[in-house]
Amino acid sequence: MNPEPNLVDAVIDAVSAVFMVVGALMSLAAAIGLLRFPDLMSRMHAATKPQVLGLFLLLASVGLQLRTWWVWPVLLVAWIFQLLTVPVSAHMVGRAGYRTKHLHKELLSKDELEAVVQKAAKAARESEADDGGNRTA
Amino acid sequence: MMGVVLTVTAVALALAAAGAIIRIARGPSLLDRVLAADVLLAILGAALCIDMAVNRHLNNLMLVVAVSVIGFIGSVTVARFVADRREQPSEP
Amino acid sequence: MSRRRVSLRQELPLLVWLVIVWGALWQDFSPGNLLFGALLAVAVARLFYLPPVELSGRFNVLRAVPFAVAFLGRVVAASCQVFYLAVAQGPKVTNAVVAVPLRSHSDLMVTATGHVISLIPGSLVVEVDRSTSTLYIHGLNVRNGEDVIKLRKEVRDTEAGLIRIMGTKEELSALNQEVGA
Repeated sequence: MNPEPNLVDAVIDAVSAVFMVVGALMSLAAAIGLLRFPDLMSRMHAATKPQVLGLFLLLASVGLQLRTWWVWPVLLVAWIFQLLTVPVSAHMVGRAGYRTKHLHKELLSKDELEAVVQKAAKAARESEADDGGNRTA
Repeated sequence: MMGVVLTVTAVALALAAAGAIIRIARGPSLLDRVLAADVLLAILGAALCIDMAVNRHLNNLMLVVAVSVIGFIGSVTVARFVADRREQPSEP
Repeated sequence: MSRRRVSLRQELPLLVWLVIVWGALWQDFSPGNLLFGALLAVAVARLFYLPPVELSGRFNVLRAVPFAVAFLGRVVAASCQVFYLAVAQGPKVTNAVVAVPLRSHSDLMVTATGHVISLIPGSLVVEVDRSTSTLYIHGLNVRNGEDVIKLRKEVRDTEAGLIRIMGTKEELSALNQEVGA
């Protein structure tokens, strides 16, 4: 056995070890963000983004450790699945959070949705039949 | 080397899980708790992935996918429920 | 059945995707298994009918690869930025909700832009107005008007990139005119 494969093995091991540590740190980043950010919306940023990168790195390290080609499509499918679901759930939670006033207005430097929401609410109160048309602010 | 990596990741994930649980316990609103529960599930998925990578098997993969699906369905359901409950009293 | 028939060409991306998922779930990419998966995919697509996604019919691979690489880089940047903000700024972070009107009116384009935007630095889609295809985006660490303009430009650039990959011909020519003007 020549030393070449061993070297390659060691490099792959090192890369996957780095991936694993960084992936775990990403989970830690999400938790720190959850604890330190002041309102729901900024916590949501913390909860969604490191999750995606963390899972990517961990799945990549699984693929590197197993060293067979057929696991890569499986891992890719798992990751794409998360890529498709995470923004949807974040959007749903964010929308519900905005509508139920879980928002600290003093923390916003600008809010371009509030005027639209109030206009729509006013229009809905004035006439039930009025859908859209004047919803652009 | 794998032993060191395992220790570091275990400590990081344990701290992260502790943070998420603190947020679940303290979270001022329902949505905060849902979000923290989602993160806790993601941490669980990360732990499963690390187990797969260190022990070189692929048995947990479907479990990881299932965990992320549960997080997705759970948070979407709760978000819809919160939005609905909030809108009803405001109607005349 | 009185449903509108979907042409095979329109359905093909869905079928290919279903076959790939089938193979991935079995962790077996042998021809026999893939053939069985293809039969199942056709059966599923026929039985559980969904409204077809209106694809534009063009897909530019040369543009897609750099976009995917840039996307990955921005996901990394997003996570690092959130980590930094969580540790350094914590409770003092300032945000904004910004309205960004998009060029395209197709549902697929708005959805794709929203997904990409949710995953890159400091932005999250709060609300979508489908009739005017306007996205309302919550930006993390947006302190003043300058940051708002920067955020809006980033969203529009992302959409432009997606149009170049898979927009319709009309959207592409409109974009080219806008850039040329």
